[in-house]
Amino acid sequence: MATALIDIAYLLASVLFIFGLKRLQSPATARYGNQLAAMGMLIAIVATLFIRNILTPAEMIGGLALGGLIGVVLAKKVKMTGMPELVAAFNGFGGLASAGVAGAEIARVMMPNAEIGPDGMLFSTTAAITIALSILIGIVTFTGSFVAFGKLAGKISGNPISFPGMRLITLLLAAGAVAGGVFMVMGAGEFPQVSDPVVTGALMVTAIAFILGILLVIPIGGADMPVVVALLNSYSGLAAAATGFVLDNTALIVSGALVGASGFILSNIMCVAMNRSLLNVLLGGFGGDSHEGESTTMSLEGKTVQSTTPDDTAILLSYAESVIIVPGYGMAVAQAQHAVRALSEELLKRDISVKFAVHPVAGRMPGHMNVLLAEANVPYDQLFEMDDINGEFETCDVALIIGANDVVNPAARHDKSSPIYGMPILNVDNSKTSIVLKRSMRPGYAGIGNELFYNANNRMLFGDAKDSINEIVAEIKQL
Amino acid sequence: MLLENIIVFVLAAFIGMEVISKVPQTLHTPLMSGSNAISGITIVGALVVAGMVGGDWAKWIGFVALVVATINVIGGFLVTDRMLQMFKRKE
Repeated sequence: MATALIDIAYLLASVLFIFGLKRLQSPATARYGNQLAAMGMLIAIVATLFIRNILTPAEMIGGLALGGLIGVVLAKKVKMTGMPELVAAFNGFGGLASAGVAGAEIARVMMPNAEIGPDGMLFSTTAAITIALSILIGIVTFTGSFVAFGKLAGKISGNPISFPGMRLITLLLAAGAVAGGVFMVMGAGEFPQVSDPVVTGALMVTAIAFILGILLVIPIGGADMPVVVALLNSYSGLAAAATGFVLDNTALIVSGALVGASGFILSNIMCVAMNRSLLNVLLGGFGGDSHEGESTTMSLEGKTVQSTTPDDTAILLSYAESVIIVPGYGMAVAQAQHAVRALSEELLKRDISVKFAVHPVAGRMPGHMNVLLAEANVPYDQLFEMDDINGEFETCDVALIIGANDVVNPAARHDKSSPIYGMPILNVDNSKTSIVLKRSMRPGYAGIGNELFYNANNRMLFGDAKDSINEIVAEIKQL
Repeated sequence: MLLENIIVFVLAAFIGMEVISKVPQTLHTPLMSGSNAISGITIVGALVVAGMVGGDWAKWIGFVALVVATINVIGGFLVTDRMLQMFKRKE
């Protein structure tokens, strides 16, 4: 009876998770969806607490209170620009939790009063394999996420880090992890003692997974971190699902599969938006922290760049009929999003159409730019995805590019020698005038010069984006 | 049992693909943090482990798992809510 009640509660939780995710399909229902999912989690937790025979409530309440407190502080304190780091850290915690639960399952069968499984074995082959997998994925997610966290937070160099023979070592370690798993399977069926192959194998898998997670993420450049964070999100789901296999717990399997699918879809979207394969991203070595120095592309030499002033830009904007703003991560770095919103409102007052074109890889994680703009009170119906707005640049009077670079480089369309060739871009060069707000001529993440800057209908507005936009807004108000 | 679990996993993965591929780009960041909170469902396993009477090291592993899973769940849902309340329509 009690187990049936638990199963029903878990089923309810799984259904609420699916409904919650479904409501994320529109910004209007998304908040409610998230609350539904949280409700599902509460049901699962309460059911577990009340129905299972939990014998030591003190440690448990302590753990819940401590974790809850840390969670609340982290969630309240984080700045929206720091969201990718936080999500990376949460992924890591999720991985560690899954590995821990699977590891503790070994401890459970070591207890003298442990239940015998349905197959008559204390520790079946299936249990050995699933525990090994759960520990492996969980710990790889844990250390990988914290390397990603370090890179995103600037605590570790964003440059790809590698050393000779690194891939070989990674492969050998992966083989070692498999060996550890085999060790555990060989020990299955026996009564596990601390000296048994099961425990040795589990420790082996843990240690190897720890190093493997680090080695898998350090060779990947800072610019590729969005893909990595999405992929680690997927891993954290798979780790939870693997733990579900260990515990024969449907709620864990369903939620883990949902999250695994979500992370996989997001990593795929990011890869398509950069015209790279997932394998290519994972092998690493591409891009790093922003490269200093001028463009080195030969074909751009001899061409000139035309610069403009905030006053001229203000005049141009106030006589426009339609304006498209292309924000990039540089906008967030300059903390210019509130100034941009003020500009947008000022133009809307004058019946000028203002749209925001958001490239899928703008920002430091999928959808990051949208969150930053939402925080600055830009309504979400003013934000457009690349495919929906690319046709509109032809009829647009002014395209204002703020802190974006590689995603508007026309070389991606025709220059086969360019590292970003084939990457889908925003066609700002089709607009009547494009204005690029930028500190200097420094290239973007991919470290390549931008042809757009040399176009006849392009103007550069050098300086701090926030200051420039504030000046433009002040000038428009006077016109 | 293993086969049943695999069936559940595969079907749930299909539902996930179906539901999540329709989430617009605007909501991808909240989707990541929200789905991450959902993967904190491991908390259920951690609760059982932490509540067991077992060896000392089992208890400690369980305790750590419980703390990090709770951070994941509480922090994940809260931060997602914080983000989603910022998304507003044009007045």
